[in-house]
Amino acid sequence: MKFKTQKIAYWFFLSALGLLALQIIYGFIMGFAHMGMDGLHDIIPFNTARAVHTNLLVCWLLLGFMGSAYYIIPEESQNELYSPKLAIIQLVSFLAVGVTAVIAYHLNWWEGRKFLEIPRPLDYLVVVNVLAFLFNILMTLFTGKKQTTTALVLAMGLLFAALLYLPGMIWFDSQTLDSFYRWYVVHLWVEGVWELIMGGILAFLLIKITGVDREVIEKWLYVIVGLTFLSGILGTGHHYYYIGAPSYWLWIGGIFSALEPLAFLAMALFAINMYRKGEKKHPNKTALNWTLGAAITSFVGAGLLGAAHTLPNVNLYTHGTLVTAMHGHMAFWGAYAMIVLAIIAYAMPNLTGRKLYNNNMTMYAFWLSNIGMIGMTVAFGVAGVAQVYMERIMGVDFMETQKEIQPHFLVLVLCATGFCAGIILYIINFLQYGKPSDEALVSE
Amino acid sequence: MLTKSQAKLFFLAGTVIFSVLFLGLSIDTHLNRVGEQTHEENITEGVIAGKHLWEENNCMGCHTIMGEGAYYAPELTKVVERRGVPYIKGVLMSPTPWGEHTSGRKMVAYGFSDEEANNLVEYLTWIGNIDLNGFPAKPQYKVEKNN
Ligand code: HEC
Ligand code: HEM
Ligand code: HEM
Ligand SMILES: [Fe+2]
Repeated sequence: MKFKTQKIAYWFFLSALGLLALQIIYGFIMGFAHMGMDGLHDIIPFNTARAVHTNLLVCWLLLGFMGSAYYIIPEESQNELYSPKLAIIQLVSFLAVGVTAVIAYHLNWWEGRKFLEIPRPLDYLVVVNVLAFLFNILMTLFTGKKQTTTALVLAMGLLFAALLYLPGMIWFDSQTLDSFYRWYVVHLWVEGVWELIMGGILAFLLIKITGVDREVIEKWLYVIVGLTFLSGILGTGHHYYYIGAPSYWLWIGGIFSALEPLAFLAMALFAINMYRKGEKKHPNKTALNWTLGAAITSFVGAGLLGAAHTLPNVNLYTHGTLVTAMHGHMAFWGAYAMIVLAIIAYAMPNLTGRKLYNNNMTMYAFWLSNIGMIGMTVAFGVAGVAQVYMERIMGVDFMETQKEIQPHFLVLVLCATGFCAGIILYIINFLQYGKPSDEALVSE
Repeated sequence: MLTKSQAKLFFLAGTVIFSVLFLGLSIDTHLNRVGEQTHEENITEGVIAGKHLWEENNCMGCHTIMGEGAYYAPELTKVVERRGVPYIKGVLMSPTPWGEHTSGRKMVAYGFSDEEANNLVEYLTWIGNIDLNGFPAKPQYKVEKNN
């Protein structure tokens, strides 16, 4: 690392991995419930498990993004972080809000809106928290020596993500309008501004790992985020087909969301080409694996598996089935989980001065988690397609269909075990690095 | 070849143009279309109270409605048509977890009062009458169970 305050990132990464572990536990609870084993129903009913699982996912990814920003922005703008103290306060309060929400979900206190379950009073605390984070990052960036494209795109993604949170907080009497604006948050996050964050982190990693000229990488970064917004904004329409919104969304959503995979394809081609072009071979192969892995897996999970059910005539049958869960897992994993794990794998040796990469453990962590996730995606997919044919086309009752597809959840849980083993190895490797140290400062 | 400043222009122009288009369409949907398509005039006090109950208990954490939510329990958009009011009130007012003796997959035992159950039924009835552009599709076949 080049600046002392980059060390703050470590605490964000540590917290993120902790929440990831907890998220997985609740995933297993749901996997077993789908198999017919819901022994925990009285303490943790399915809706609690689900809210915890998805909210912890969003929380750890946000912590990962914040950690990435605290690592990247000082280095890119050549400036110490504006206020390390504020960063710590912000981390602790973020965790406090997250833990309170998780407890609240066990006590039937929530908003009951998919992905935005956080109870309203806590929403305001999230807003304050994110404002503190943005203030810290933007002050660092704009009092720094340089405002690079990479840093600007990253900061812009974070800023827009905060702004888009607001429409999700308005109450509507109409379920249709409620849902309409909920997608301003959920869709425009994952298929809009979060792609800027991902693009920013990816560009930073590629610059560092491949040594390709910054100007070339940043030019393509603009093209990618351009494609993102060109397709992704109107692509929101793919959530407006069947919720009581006008039918013009079938056309608009269909056409533009079908273009969305282009941004992910561009990201994958970009990463592979930069890797091929790069002369400098960075020794940290583990970080390289995760970086290229994120670019490729996001194209498969978000691009291809998203496109598979995005046309209105297909979505009419797959809407709200396990097909959606199939896509949701691989998309979140490939695009956002993997890019966070990539930046952690890259940053840890620099923060601690130890080089615990390229060993068997990091290799198994990468392959077990990825192969496990591919297996999980297939299990969800097979269950989902069977559900669509039985329930939606043949007219078999919902619960009877669920009985028939139960065995696929055994496959899900087995693959999830492999996935989980990979994550455990990743976390052990992370812990072996120990705490960040000033001795790891380099001047370059 | 494309230069960096051209790429930047592509990004900025695309963002502005498509954001404006999207906001315009959102306004049209919100102000001119949704009211009619969802029969907004039928959103009674009961429907609103039902929506509050729906959210406070996170029913969407097990069920989908209009195709949104979780994949653990039945789609409820057309439940009033499918099951009728007495059945639904039975589910909602049940003091023991519904499903325990049917599918084995359990619902939370809410034990709602008669009034609460009526509100939820009103909410579900309103949902069931929205014009959803053809969702849920009518199954193309009707299979019969052999045992
Ligand atoms: C823990 C998961 C869970 C939660 C939370 C939940 N349900 Fe259910 N619900 C179920 C399951 C499972 C069934 C199907 C049981 C069966 O038929 O065997 C069901 C059945 C129903 C049915 C009958 C559907 C049909 O087609 O037979 C209605 C209506 C219903 N629930 C409404 C609600 C409402 C309203 C709420 C929120 C207040 C709610 N549920 C919360 C799990 C849940
Ligand atoms: C990294 C990017 C992406 C992530 C993290 C992601 C994640 C998700 C999640 C979690 C859902 C479920 C949402 C809900 O029902 O509340 C969803 C739905 C959906 N996604 Fe994506 N997605 C991504 C990209 C894409 C892309 C690029 C496409 C299209 C090409 C797409 C098409 C869809 C469609 C059509 C649905 C609706 C499914 C339904 O009707 O039930 N997604 N996505
Ligand atoms: C051990 C691992 C895991 C298991 C067993 C598991 C299982 C599940 C199950 C059963 C559901 C609920 C589906 C339903 O509503 O019925 C779910 C939802 C979800 N999980 Fe996981 N999960 C695991 C890990 C993950 C990981 C690592 C991610 C992200 C990278 C993730 C992201 C999601 C998302 C986004 C949803 C919501 C999907 C939707 O609404 O369409 N899960 N998970
Ligand atoms: Fe989307």
